[in-house]
Amino acid sequence: MASEHLKGSDGASAPILEPGQTFRSVSEKISSLVLERKTGLGWFAGLGITFLGFMMMMFAISYLLYWGVGVWGVDIPVAWGFAIVNFVWWIGIGHAGTLISAILYLMRQEWRTSINRFAEAMTLFAVVNAGLFPILHLGRQWLFYYLIPYPNTMTLWPQFRSPLVWDFFAVSTYLIVSLLFWYIGVVPDMATLRDRAQSRLGQVTFGILSLGWRNSARHWKRFQSVYLLLAALATPLVVSVHTIVSWDFAVGIVPGWHSTIFPPYFVAGALFQGFAMVLILTVPLRRFYHLEAYVTERHLDFMAQMTLVTGLIVTYGYVCENFTGWYSGNIYERYLVINRALGPYGWVYWLTLACNVVAPQILWFKWARRNTLILFLIGIIVSIGMWIERFTIVVTSLHRDFVPAAWGMFYPTIWDYATFFGTVGFFFMLFLLFVRLFPVVPMFEVRELITTLEKKGEYNKGSEASPSGVVSEGAQSA
Amino acid sequence: MSEQEHIYGLSAEFREEQQLLDAARRAYDEGYRKMDAYAPFPVEGLADAIGMTSTRMPLVVLGGGVFGGVSAYILQLYASVWHYPHNIGGRPYHSWPSFIPVIFELTVLCAALAGFVGLIWRNGLPEPYHPMFNVREFREHGSQDRFFLCIEADDPKFDRQETERFLASLEPERVSAVDS
Repeated sequence: MASEHLKGSDGASAPILEPGQTFRSVSEKISSLVLERKTGLGWFAGLGITFLGFMMMMFAISYLLYWGVGVWGVDIPVAWGFAIVNFVWWIGIGHAGTLISAILYLMRQEWRTSINRFAEAMTLFAVVNAGLFPILHLGRQWLFYYLIPYPNTMTLWPQFRSPLVWDFFAVSTYLIVSLLFWYIGVVPDMATLRDRAQSRLGQVTFGILSLGWRNSARHWKRFQSVYLLLAALATPLVVSVHTIVSWDFAVGIVPGWHSTIFPPYFVAGALFQGFAMVLILTVPLRRFYHLEAYVTERHLDFMAQMTLVTGLIVTYGYVCENFTGWYSGNIYERYLVINRALGPYGWVYWLTLACNVVAPQILWFKWARRNTLILFLIGIIVSIGMWIERFTIVVTSLHRDFVPAAWGMFYPTIWDYATFFGTVGFFFMLFLLFVRLFPVVPMFEVRELITTLEKKGEYNKGSEASPSGVVSEGAQSA
Repeated sequence: MSEQEHIYGLSAEFREEQQLLDAARRAYDEGYRKMDAYAPFPVEGLADAIGMTSTRMPLVVLGGGVFGGVSAYILQLYASVWHYPHNIGGRPYHSWPSFIPVIFELTVLCAALAGFVGLIWRNGLPEPYHPMFNVREFREHGSQDRFFLCIEADDPKFDRQETERFLASLEPERVSAVDS
């Protein structure tokens, strides 16, 4: 997908920016979504439904805090239930946002421009949800701060050799760095909104958020320097975060977990599922907010290709797992493979394969990659597939490990489901608020893109329909 | 001269980024130093054209990263070896490979925080008021579709008539006095 691709060898390929956009039309279109567009009933309905989900989450959490983790289905031998599944799933969703905003930035992939803002927002909201679960999973949630190394009267320190402590550092770093990266990118657009806002409230709010940004060339130079460095920092960070998440499993000696394939397999799985979530968010956003000029078929095509590629890496992970089970010669590993496919949770495993291996193969076809409905459905199928994949990893390894006398089953309770679906509601609620209150496409980056494409001779900026200016020497200042 | 004390500078407004880039280079060649260029997106080479050829932001980020990494190592060394030595699965107290993940994460965290704080601080933000906002066209177009070059009054070469004539010769849309 290098830049030679952008020129489009065949006439049918869509541009990465619809022709006719000017600096002004970009500002008008994107900022009007925040400042002028009437909030539709659909938005309110969506907010209402997702808010109910959020309330369900709050209720489930309160119930959990009152009664303790016994309200969940976790027990021995399956002591890691939905909480860890949800944690891994949510944090994986975040990773595609960072991939789009940071890694594709470093690789100078111009198609990232229109989608990076909401992909980053997706990252933030997913990480917020992810961060909840390890804390909720603690026995005494209110003592979670014991994970922070601080001098205390108990003279206790965290156990720095434990992946669970690494996890705490990785996830909190990821959340903070994603937030900083996102906010730095938002500041110049806040200045545009400040200048375009008609209401006093808008002017003051966006004025504060813009920090008084005035588009000075000196500021831009430092901005670009820091933005590039943050992208370069976020790239290894995103790999490290999911690697550390996979170490939560791989460092243990449980059959099916103790494997060196886990880090790359987890990182690829995270990106796979993250791209699926980007598709779920992009397709309706593009349609309902009429962003077809900025998020073109080309973007959908690229995202579908990324989904396919990461899906194939995940498939390789599945193959490798089964190979290890056979080649290790270890009876526990071998039994895990048999039990995973044919045991009581066998149907979950086959469903995982259907969702993650079989379904994405349709993306080999160009017509499928350009069909928004298919992409949306693939997004949903892959998201479900990746959730149950994590379920398979967590539950099947634990429920039958070394001693048959200690085998057992995991039965989730209504509180497991309420917490999980609640966080889904919370995620979409935050996203709906974001699309209403923030510019969903980075305006300054699209302006820059117009110039870049124009210089390359791939784009014709529309002419601005205003009369040529008159030089007025010594004009009055306002 | 007394007139100059009342204004922040003179600004010229352009339609295209190339015009601004050329104007900035001409102004620099002319000998003006205290000036700033404003564009609604980063224009390549614009900062260099007004004489800002380098930025210290990479050093700030590097400093943050080094601080984060070193302090993370010292923290773990202090906690695991000296203050609370504890036998975990027979591993040595100083089991440095296990310390790498936290060192890495804190390196990234401190580097990113240093970059963010450095950016805000070196840019002098937050700065809600700036004289450029007194120019109506700048408020209406500066963050959207126009390009501005402002030569500031405290530039030693600044002379109200002379500078105005110079800016007008660059064929801008208009030249405005910027109230301080």
